[in-house]
Amino acid sequence: MGAVAVIAAIGLAIFLLRPTAPKETIVVLPSADGHIGTVVVQRGDTKQVLDKPYATSRSDDDKIEQLSANEVKQEFGPTLEALPARPSSFTVYFITGTDELTPESKADLQNILAALKDRPLPDVQVIGHTDTVGDLLVNDRLSAQRAETVKGFLVEIGIPAGRITTAGRGEREPIVRTPDETDEPRNRRVEINVR
Amino acid sequence: MRWTIAAVLLGFSTLAMAADVGEIKVAKGDAYLERGKERLPVKVGMPVQEADKVVTGANGTVGITFSDNSLLSVGPDSALAIDKYAFDSTTHAGQFDSTLSKGTLAVISGKMVKQSPDAMRVHTPSAIMGVRGTEFLVKVDR
Repeated sequence: MGAVAVIAAIGLAIFLLRPTAPKETIVVLPSADGHIGTVVVQRGDTKQVLDKPYATSRSDDDKIEQLSANEVKQEFGPTLEALPARPSSFTVYFITGTDELTPESKADLQNILAALKDRPLPDVQVIGHTDTVGDLLVNDRLSAQRAETVKGFLVEIGIPAGRITTAGRGEREPIVRTPDETDEPRNRRVEINVR
Repeated sequence: MRWTIAAVLLGFSTLAMAADVGEIKVAKGDAYLERGKERLPVKVGMPVQEADKVVTGANGTVGITFSDNSLLSVGPDSALAIDKYAFDSTTHAGQFDSTLSKGTLAVISGKMVKQSPDAMRVHTPSAIMGVRGTEFLVKVDR
């Protein structure tokens, strides 16, 4: 009788301590710009393709499940909150031959600076460009000067200079291809990439 | 002797190769980076390297931005290993392998996936995920 109880207890212990496979869940999200990419889930010999918003693959179910935005928030709330700010890019434009912003870009810059101010620990890349008016070497210097001028604005709002890199690409990377010596406002620009 | 020198040199070159591949941008609660035998409390601004493991406690979360603009966040009670990370900022070619052994993970893919759809893979105990330019979530319940 006692032996039976011991065997039963051992059996129960083995049952309770058996290794259980972890339960896995994979959910595809709509991206900030509305684009839906694809996640291919390979589990042993089976392959599932998730390509709709909130399409969900679970390790204990062969079918693709559809969650609601709310269910996803409940299951993954703290994880989603911990995502770093998304990288973003801005462009400002300049008056010909100078490192002075156009009036429109002066106004835009205020919005850009406001957007960057609250970003924790930003990495900023500032790249200056010119149009094809003027000498190649002069444009190299002008593009670098434009980048430095923009860096100055960023430092003024408190972004540490050490977290800002600048480069001048001269007339080598126009947005609009033009012949040499062409006045093109869209090419007289500085790109600000932040992450 | 020659082998000893070779081994020492190899050791140094391995150290030199431990380049920073990302940066901690968000850190809350109990969270650590396991690097070799070290266990470093996670702080905002701390660099992340290949072979690091992110480990969080019951109230810990971590957000990381990688050099190709991939974004990852790890939820509470989680363990995520950065198995392989390589990115060429000129060609945008690269490879990013990570393993979530428990807990939760959010992923926003970056430039290397735009360049080459097979560049990024996330592993779990039972599955491998291939990523085609998207945002997704993974959970491993133990």
